[in-house]
Amino acid sequence: MAKNFSFSKLWKGPFGTYLIVIVAYVIFQVLASTGNLPSVIIGLLPTICAYIAAAVSLNLVVGISGELSLGHAAFMSVGCYTGVVAATCYSAMFDIPWLVFFLSMFTGAAFAALAGFVVGVPVLRLSGDYLAIVTLAFGEIIKNIMNNLYVGLDASGLHFSLTSTTDLHMTNGKIIINGPQGAVGIEQLSTFFFGFILVMLTLAVVLNLVRSRSGRAIMAVRDNSIAAESVGINTMKYRLMAFVVAAALAGMAGVLYAMNYNAVVPVRFDYNASILILVYVVLGGIGNIRGSIISATVLVVLPEVLRFMSEYRMLIYAIVLIAVMVLPNVPAVKRFLDYLPTKLPFLRKRSEVPGDVVGGAE
Amino acid sequence: MGFLENLINGVSLGSVYAIIALGYTMVYGIARMLNFAHGDVIMVGGYVSFIIASSMGLNPLFGILAAVVVCTLLGITIEKVAYKPLRQSASLTVLITAIGVSYLLQNLALLIWGANPKVYTSVVAGWPKLMLFDGQLIISAETIVTIVVCAVIMVLMVLFIHKTKMGKAMRAVSEDPGAARLMGINVDSTISTTFAIGSGLAAIAGVLLCSSYPTLMPTTGAMPGIKAFTAAVFGGIGSIPGAVLGGILLGIIEVFAKAYIGTQFSDAIVFAVLIIVLLIKPSGLLGKYVPEKV
Repeated sequence: MAKNFSFSKLWKGPFGTYLIVIVAYVIFQVLASTGNLPSVIIGLLPTICAYIAAAVSLNLVVGISGELSLGHAAFMSVGCYTGVVAATCYSAMFDIPWLVFFLSMFTGAAFAALAGFVVGVPVLRLSGDYLAIVTLAFGEIIKNIMNNLYVGLDASGLHFSLTSTTDLHMTNGKIIINGPQGAVGIEQLSTFFFGFILVMLTLAVVLNLVRSRSGRAIMAVRDNSIAAESVGINTMKYRLMAFVVAAALAGMAGVLYAMNYNAVVPVRFDYNASILILVYVVLGGIGNIRGSIISATVLVVLPEVLRFMSEYRMLIYAIVLIAVMVLPNVPAVKRFLDYLPTKLPFLRKRSEVPGDVVGGAE
Repeated sequence: MGFLENLINGVSLGSVYAIIALGYTMVYGIARMLNFAHGDVIMVGGYVSFIIASSMGLNPLFGILAAVVVCTLLGITIEKVAYKPLRQSASLTVLITAIGVSYLLQNLALLIWGANPKVYTSVVAGWPKLMLFDGQLIISAETIVTIVVCAVIMVLMVLFIHKTKMGKAMRAVSEDPGAARLMGINVDSTISTTFAIGSGLAAIAGVLLCSSYPTLMPTTGAMPGIKAFTAAVFGGIGSIPGAVLGGILLGIIEVFAKAYIGTQFSDAIVFAVLIIVLLIKPSGLLGKYVPEKV
């Protein structure tokens, strides 16, 4: 056993990814508690965790399953709103914040998974750009419904309406979801620690799924669906599996995200939000879980860091985005990038095996 | 009368979608890319014509002309700087770059023109309205002009694609870029021309859109862009009559949904119809079905 032990092998595997997250959590926690972190960033920590979870789960769809989805934020919104409603009900039952939080998170995940199933069954009959546009359409439909959803809670239970708050017919009830104003009066239960737990949970689900029999089937369908079908893999089942698992994880991320704020409007989860998550995945490297974690962190923090440039910050953000995508493909820069490793040995890539990008699969 | 009025308004809105969708579908057909920045070119066209016609007080015709010229140049520049280096890259890389360009245009517009909505003066302001059935049915000049312009553009585009040398080159490139290059077609300049035409059409769409719906903001182009994109997919992406048909149907559905079901769910209904059509006919209404070969 001991003879075969190699740190670099362990580092490349899932344990390396867990280790990065744990170390990053400890560093940020220490920085925050010693007051070395600006308060803006401290408030942003659960949001960063939510976006990491969302990006990793989207990477399961885009990278591992190979489907371009432009409606991922919609599953966050389903998780967010069901989670907030559930939290209001649960906190009437128990007075333990962490229990309320995690129960709401799983409720949100369950509903998001249900939404993922309902959307996935028709959507996954398509492929390529058509699948992308239909996921976008579903995302807009879900946003549109959320924009007109009214939910209230009173002594007799939950009330729903799709027209207005007066249609809820409540007596001294509390309005939880108020149409275009979204979820209001949310209990701010999210903490950095809960965010850390969610990220670890997401990683555990995705990394274990990727290395399981099902995960290999999902990747086989991605690489060549006809070949996969010919060896008896049920392509629909595995594509749907990746889609639903990703939706459930996004739902959890939505709950964490919502409970970091007082109120969350449905417009937060429009197609721009979906595209933003996709940007994290693509910049981090499609199929690369660690890349998603890093790019989500950097890109959530970047606009805050650029705040001193006030109105120019989104402009800079856009230019950085274009530059990162385009520059490596400009011939002169490409030649330079190919030339660098010949002079600097530590930059040399060890392997060029395509399967290696998946969080270091064996 | 209400039905007829809604139908005409729907066709008018749909005509704007159709003109935008033409740009989408041509670029997709030839470069195989989803140009997400297309909607923002509409917005730029709207602003340019606004500056010329409303702020400087010149004839609206100059405004339209300036918008077309600026947007065409903008389209060519975007293509040269952002998309050309990515010809060989994965489609997702190109998609993200297009999103970056879209953010860039929106934020540039925000810096130059501010976030406050501008009230756009219609390019045909003061033209007489058409009264039918003893004044029971009133059709505005904007509506008529939009529908006529759309019809003219569609006829011109079909003629251009089928009768000119450049159109032939475009069809060849969309069929097989490699083989087209071997036949001596300059693929790069063909793609640039496509972008130029698409952006010029977007400028016209911007002017027409703002004439009918006179609020102009940096995000004005985003939603019509997305809707036109669904219209292009709806009609079968890559097909020019498909884009026009998809655009007009989408406009009619949207106006009818607003009139008979309620404004708040009109977007959901438009997208639901798109999903149903794609599930029944995955290549869109007029798209070609290409079976997967093993």
